[in-house]
Amino acid sequence: MTRKLNLRIWRGDSTDGGLKDVVVDVNEGEVVLDVIHRVQATQMGDLAVRWNCKAGKCGSCSMEINGKPRLACMTQVASFDEGETITVTPLRAFPIIKDLVTDVSFNYKKAMEVPAYSHPAELGPGEARMEQVDVERSQEFRKCIECFLCQNTCHVIRDHEENKKSFAGPRFFIRIAELDMHPLDRIKNRKRTAQEEHGLGMCNITKCCTEVCPEHIKITDNAIIPMKERVVDIKYDPARMFSGQLRREKRD
Amino acid sequence: MSGVFSPTRAKIKERTLRTDKWWLEPAITFGVLFSFVIYATFRAFEGANYFVEPLISPFYSPCLSEACVEGSKLFGWAPVSAQVLGFALSPALIILIFPLGFRMTCYYYRKAYYRSFWFSPPACAVAEPHTKYTGETRAPLILQNAHRWFFYAGLVFNVFLTYDAVLAFRNEHGDWGHMSVGTLVLVVSSSLLWFYSLSCHTCRHTVGGRLKHFSKHPFRYKLWTTVSVLNTKHQQFAWFSLAAVAFADIYVRQVATGAWTNFYFF
Repeated sequence: MTRKLNLRIWRGDSTDGGLKDVVVDVNEGEVVLDVIHRVQATQMGDLAVRWNCKAGKCGSCSMEINGKPRLACMTQVASFDEGETITVTPLRAFPIIKDLVTDVSFNYKKAMEVPAYSHPAELGPGEARMEQVDVERSQEFRKCIECFLCQNTCHVIRDHEENKKSFAGPRFFIRIAELDMHPLDRIKNRKRTAQEEHGLGMCNITKCCTEVCPEHIKITDNAIIPMKERVVDIKYDPARMFSGQLRREKRD
Repeated sequence: MSGVFSPTRAKIKERTLRTDKWWLEPAITFGVLFSFVIYATFRAFEGANYFVEPLISPFYSPCLSEACVEGSKLFGWAPVSAQVLGFALSPALIILIFPLGFRMTCYYYRKAYYRSFWFSPPACAVAEPHTKYTGETRAPLILQNAHRWFFYAGLVFNVFLTYDAVLAFRNEHGDWGHMSVGTLVLVVSSSLLWFYSLSCHTCRHTVGGRLKHFSKHPFRYKLWTTVSVLNTKHQQFAWFSLAAVAFADIYVRQVATGAWTNFYFF
């Protein structure tokens, strides 16, 4: 069954822009990305929108729908009230390029600042073995599709542009956590660099990253807070302080 | 102009375009926490109506001051003077820092009060009003890292409050084998405090979260798995235990003032 949908789409670029109202047909079962494509095909031929898989796995169609960071391909039109106007804007934490497309290169720069996994030198190709229980914890973090919705909603950079140089953001805290929890990773100072170089201490645990994650990764509970606790281990722990271990990052 | 109004970002004048009631949760959180703070402050300074055989308010336990009323002292021990620098000190004020510190530095409560009291941010994708933000990297918020210290202290307090609940299985004459509504109130309160403490993120880290090799520590892995299950309910335990402690204090106060009668089941 086809019905009419009131849509407000942000159009513009880095110089100016604004919300434009359109009325568009919508069919049963369609998602917001379908409707945007119909607008692009019938009314706004030059509307810029980034998308790829349309299955919630590529992370390309991140945008803000009624003010909430979401994947357009995973947002059912039926989840809104009939007659409700749906407002679609680009991500508001990153520089605008055109219409619904933003420049997310900040994230790729931050990715390069996290040292990659370092394999034990004594283990040759194919010799590394890991138990399933050791693999499971970091597998959750490997579900990340790099949609950057968590980065976009994190107020540390969304509301404070000046923090971008010193804050990696939740997506990279799960990367750091994954590596620090990896039984074979040789790099020992990930906790200290997380705090002193990647800005872990700037996170104030308001859990917005977890709320918007389309993969339902428990970013705060399973990555950020455990990393904060690991930092406490090496910098602030009373028991270790008294036992003289504070400066020693113990590997177990 | 910073944040969502930075020159490079999409020119949108609204602080948020959210259409849901995003303000409701922080408003409720503010109301409840603020009410608790007002009540707890009043009770901490009241210095009276905190003990009636066999019940003691959790706000005043362990009672360590010389000012503690007869029968309320922990093993009759009173290491703290009734007056400090010439001022009469309520017994609650001596111990308040520990449970208060535990909750103030709790990862869940941090989320709750950063959002509802400090609007940092008030809700997800709602622009905060502050022009500067340094998070928990500087004083005083760097002290949030002391959560572990308060966690250890909180465990000790839980032992005392559990002991109080056990003592409540007596009647007003000190005879064992009785149970009243007050007993139930203290048992529920102390049990919820254990659940709150054991579901804590620091507890989860301490029992096994800090390990790299779960497979080398199967017992600690089992503990971590159990605490992880509890941890998913940490927010609920935080609220329920707060409400239970407040109600336990209200109950003891009402019984101590004679407003309510402590009904005995047996």
